[in-house]
Amino acid sequence: MSTNTNSSLAERGARVGGPTPAPGAPRTTYDKIVDAHTIRRLDELYVLLYVDRHILNEYTSPQAFAGLRETGRKVRRPENCLAIVDHVNPTEPSRSREIADPQAKQQVEYFERNCREFTVELFDVMDSRQGIEHVVVPEQGIALPGMVIACGDSHTTTYGALGALGFGIGTSDVEHLLATQTLIYERLRNMRVTVSGRLSPGITAKDLVMSLIQDIGVAGATGFAVEFSGAAIEQLDLSGRMTVCNMVVEAGARGAIIAPDDTVFDYLERRPRSPQGGAWTSARRYWQSLPSDAGAEFARELTLNAPDIEPLVSWGTSPDQVVAIGGSVPDPLFEPDLVRRRGMQRALEYMALKPGTAMCQVRIDRAFIGSCTNGRLEDLRAAAHVLKGRKVAPHVRAMVVPGSTHVRREAEREGLDIVFTQAGFEWRQAGCSMCLAMNNDSLQPGERCASSTNRNFEGRQGRGGRTHLMSPAMVAAAAVAGHLADVRRLPQA
Amino acid sequence: MLLPLLPAIWPTYAACRKLDAMQPFTRVCGTAAPLPQSNIDTDVIMPKQFLKGITREGLASGVLYDLRFDDNGRERGDFVLNLTTYRTPTFLVVGENFGCGSSREHAVWGLKQYGIRALIGTSFASIFSDNCIGNGLLVVELEPATLARIQSLCADPRSNSLCVDLVEQTILLADGTCISFAIDSMRRDGLLHGRDRVASTLHYSADIQAFETRLWDEQPWLKAPARA
Ligand code: SF4
Repeated sequence: MSTNTNSSLAERGARVGGPTPAPGAPRTTYDKIVDAHTIRRLDELYVLLYVDRHILNEYTSPQAFAGLRETGRKVRRPENCLAIVDHVNPTEPSRSREIADPQAKQQVEYFERNCREFTVELFDVMDSRQGIEHVVVPEQGIALPGMVIACGDSHTTTYGALGALGFGIGTSDVEHLLATQTLIYERLRNMRVTVSGRLSPGITAKDLVMSLIQDIGVAGATGFAVEFSGAAIEQLDLSGRMTVCNMVVEAGARGAIIAPDDTVFDYLERRPRSPQGGAWTSARRYWQSLPSDAGAEFARELTLNAPDIEPLVSWGTSPDQVVAIGGSVPDPLFEPDLVRRRGMQRALEYMALKPGTAMCQVRIDRAFIGSCTNGRLEDLRAAAHVLKGRKVAPHVRAMVVPGSTHVRREAEREGLDIVFTQAGFEWRQAGCSMCLAMNNDSLQPGERCASSTNRNFEGRQGRGGRTHLMSPAMVAAAAVAGHLADVRRLPQA
Repeated sequence: MLLPLLPAIWPTYAACRKLDAMQPFTRVCGTAAPLPQSNIDTDVIMPKQFLKGITREGLASGVLYDLRFDDNGRERGDFVLNLTTYRTPTFLVVGENFGCGSSREHAVWGLKQYGIRALIGTSFASIFSDNCIGNGLLVVELEPATLARIQSLCADPRSNSLCVDLVEQTILLADGTCISFAIDSMRRDGLLHGRDRVASTLHYSADIQAFETRLWDEQPWLKAPARA
């Protein structure tokens, strides 16, 4: 990887913010979207930003609605909001409104009541459009190029795949946004990641983004909006682009953008809520003006060479602690930085791994396919492709949690559910599930899981649980082998 | 069914919250606990089992739960916040990229309820840092060398107290040295005065309205159909 840093990344305290391009100067897609949504400047750093769509979930919104009640304020534009139950609902194969956990039940009931009283549209657990917010919003055609979309969830950057600016906010900002339809926004700096060449067979968007995080670290994109470009990005389907824009959050980015092109327009044309008729034609014309201008300035430029990327797996408890599947657990003794060395030691202790162990020898107990990073139809197809004619190792409990109820239905139409269940996977209902284990899907202490999710933090999938991040196809390969495995080298089915 | 109880809880909750939001930060002195580990994420700061409430209350007990308690719920004797001198810290001196990961504001509410008034570190994740400021919790970003000095002073119980002065933008250490820090004026003013940000923005209602009309004129597809 080559790095060219135009401005020091070490400016501390005195927050720099991104520069506003001079009038008439070439602009990036990010600049264009921010400019088109700036209501006014508030000072040299902050602007008042208009937000087109606000996505809400049951666990980061209750206190925001309570705040509105307490101050007697209304939701300014309820029609700009969409509420989706996804984090706490159970995912048992047969769906019901009942939630056994009293706290989760209370949270969902309060959410329903808030939506009713503030007239916000809700996709509840029984809705045929329910699912993980970041899977549902694109598939319904709600996220459009050039939009600003905010949500009380960090992975809102997913919408960058459609050429929209999405970002996560905390609950206080959810309240601010509900009341004003705006946010007090600090402009980010622009970073461009160009991925040249073609990904090799068996290598996915997940490997691409994990490779980037490995290179730049978990704070490598803090303060930046990251634009992805280059042949390898153009070749990705929309699902793969979403994986990339989703997971770059794990490098600290608070915005991700891929220039909208025909892949995006084709995807949107068939969606329930995309603009229709004349509106579609003028929207599309406008969207074609969104790609970054030639000569637009990026404060940081990186290049990745797609053919160099291998299937990756995480070994530690931070998303940048990853290694190629052919590699082995790194030795902290070779890490010169003391703090980092201690971090590695701690991670290895938590993960119960010894330096030098071949990754392919790491035995797993669980396999999980799902999440907003890798729970779309294309992800399920990739995993099913590996599982066809194979069986999950007897000691492994494996589950698939489709990213949305729509994805689940489509997969069933293609017969993927049969492939999964015949291989020994549980075929479940949509939700966040074991990506964060807020519902009853979780790892037991000490259990080791091959997971298509995005965070391998301590306890993320359950207290004491050990997560190895990888692509859905690699999870399928690990489930079959019973240990982490190279999907390209599985014995013939 | 807890739902019918809500109205009964609200007044107390509202009172707490007002108190919370209005507690301005000018000059605060107290004990600082060192927590040098880097990349402490919000899952670690506030684990999932504490996220299922519908108010902001009761989160102090969840702060850094798995670092403070073992699998049987017993205190881990060697963890800094369980040592006598660091039990009720006013400041945490933290490692790089503190607060990364999930956007959950519960992490910040918990830290505040635990008694933390400022976090001193080298870098903070962006959503987390916004959440802190929105709740009157100061985040101070310093150069790594400066932070290392504060870490080592605070690791010694004889020199683990300090004073943070937001008016002067300085930190006074136990060895008598005074360090200055930078903070942008929007954040500084917000902390000093404990403002209601929504109320400030609502002053611009006319601007928002005019902007929205123009935006929808230019990009009509952005206007969502009104709901019945
Ligand atoms: S799937 Fe995981 S990362 Fe995505 S929104 Fe749900 S909990 Fe968050």
